[in-house]
Amino acid sequence: MSQLIKGAVRNRHPFIFIAPALIILILFSLIPILIALVISFTDMDLKGLANWSNISFIGFENYINLLSDTVFHKAVYNTFFYVIIGVPLVIIFSLGIALLLNYGKNLIFTVFRAVYFMPAITNIIAIAVVWGFLYNTEYGLFNYLLSLGDIGKVPWLEHPVIAKLSLILLAVWKGIGINMIIFLAALQGIPQSYYEAARIDGAKRWQILFYITIPLLRYAVFFVTVTTLIGWLQFFEEPFIMTRGGPLDGTVSMALFIYQRGFQFSEFGYAAAGSFVLFIVIIIVTLLQFKLRKADTEY
Amino acid sequence: MPSGKAKNNAEKWIATILLVVGGLIVSLPFLWMISSSFKPENEILQMPPTLIAENPTLQNYINLFTNLNFGIYLRNTLIIVLLSFVGLFFNAMAGYGFAKYHFKNKEKVFYLVLATMMIPGQVTMIPVYLLLNEMGLINTMAGIVLPGLAAAFSIFLFRMFMATIPTDLIEAARLDGAGEFYIFFRLIMPISKPIFAVQGILTFIAAWNSFLWPLIIANDESLYTLSVGLSLLKGQYASNFALQMAGAAFMVIPIIIIFSFFQKYIVEGFTTSGLK
Repeated sequence: MSQLIKGAVRNRHPFIFIAPALIILILFSLIPILIALVISFTDMDLKGLANWSNISFIGFENYINLLSDTVFHKAVYNTFFYVIIGVPLVIIFSLGIALLLNYGKNLIFTVFRAVYFMPAITNIIAIAVVWGFLYNTEYGLFNYLLSLGDIGKVPWLEHPVIAKLSLILLAVWKGIGINMIIFLAALQGIPQSYYEAARIDGAKRWQILFYITIPLLRYAVFFVTVTTLIGWLQFFEEPFIMTRGGPLDGTVSMALFIYQRGFQFSEFGYAAAGSFVLFIVIIIVTLLQFKLRKADTEY
Repeated sequence: MPSGKAKNNAEKWIATILLVVGGLIVSLPFLWMISSSFKPENEILQMPPTLIAENPTLQNYINLFTNLNFGIYLRNTLIIVLLSFVGLFFNAMAGYGFAKYHFKNKEKVFYLVLATMMIPGQVTMIPVYLLLNEMGLINTMAGIVLPGLAAAFSIFLFRMFMATIPTDLIEAARLDGAGEFYIFFRLIMPISKPIFAVQGILTFIAAWNSFLWPLIIANDESLYTLSVGLSLLKGQYASNFALQMAGAAFMVIPIIIIFSFFQKYIVEGFTTSGLK
């Protein structure tokens, strides 16, 4: 026993180095998962927060209520709407811009790499404020530019479907940067000899693009798809700050639904149940992708 | 083959033109923000809008500090930035621990750390709030900073970098009688400058932009960050677009400046993070 303690004291250094970060991660990432699971089966709310004796277990009631909650239905529908339209757009644009940027290495290309990357590191609230002004029906720049072409006023954020598309436009604009950089790094990692060999064999430009470049980018495309999908399933700040989920819950996402239930209505148990549904959706979608990728590499 | 070269050149020109046009479209919101932030309140509602302010004024920026509490928001944001550098240091320590020490179940513990990356923020949001409430940290700076102090991804990158430091070097220092912490501070940290630079910049940007936790944890305006203050401004001064643009520009311009100085590091940081 004393030897065990002695051993621990002698080997204490790795633990001292790791402990601070590890304790924080366990306390604020791992334990909360368990707490979320437990409270999703309770009616935890403000009364429960004040006094634990007011909390009671209600089994699957939260989950059953979610099934019949029309706002939650809308949130799920909207989230998939965002993902299905937004994710392909992000991938196409970031890949396209990366291909263009890969043409040269001089100052223009460096400067424009920075320009395309800029939205990615800009504060989302500032972005939402600026875009809110651009989208303004009366005084916004977009409607003014459209009026020059004799197009009537577009209710960018006032119509449920158009508002969703407006938020997607903004999120695509912001999402291009990081993915573009990943594609660019992958492109620059392709050995020149592949291209030379293809040229000697008489391959045309588009053939090189579709039969060499894009297949070799498969890993990068996969990585970008997985991370972008996970990110878009958690679509939150854009509707939160620009539309508050409106009009008519037309832009509520699952993440925003969870926030509203949890922190505006203080229905912690119900919100936790919603967050678990989102978690499960994310896990399923990610596993599905890994499975598809496996099938892909087999031939 | 001269014709091939000409074709190549033409293609490069088309690529450049596409890039420039696309780049202008992408930077349009920034340009509009900066130009609008100098317009007086009546000019900003003019139709057709002026491209550049006819009577440029700094009044909007002054109002941020006199009529609004942007001074306090700025102070809070800077405190959060400073405290998150403590977190960066914790991550570096953990990365070193995983890279250069051997202990039982090391890889299992490391997988546990990596697993935290997959947990969506929405799931932990409510439990962390309840935990902080139990600890009495709601409406405190500690409550805002603590949950985000350690980041699995940062630990991962530090480990990757520090694993490349030769172990012989550490052994030699040990033989010379250097203690473990002395080695970390005087040997490992100087060698790891490049990764500290990348991580430091990313930490700064993340802390400067932090929004959700300050929003949830801070009930008092005295604890608001710039992001939270700006979203408050958007609600309170819904029709004063010039003021809104000034607030947004005040948040964005420091990042743009830092970005243009450290572009290479930031892009590299994201690249290594993308292609692990």
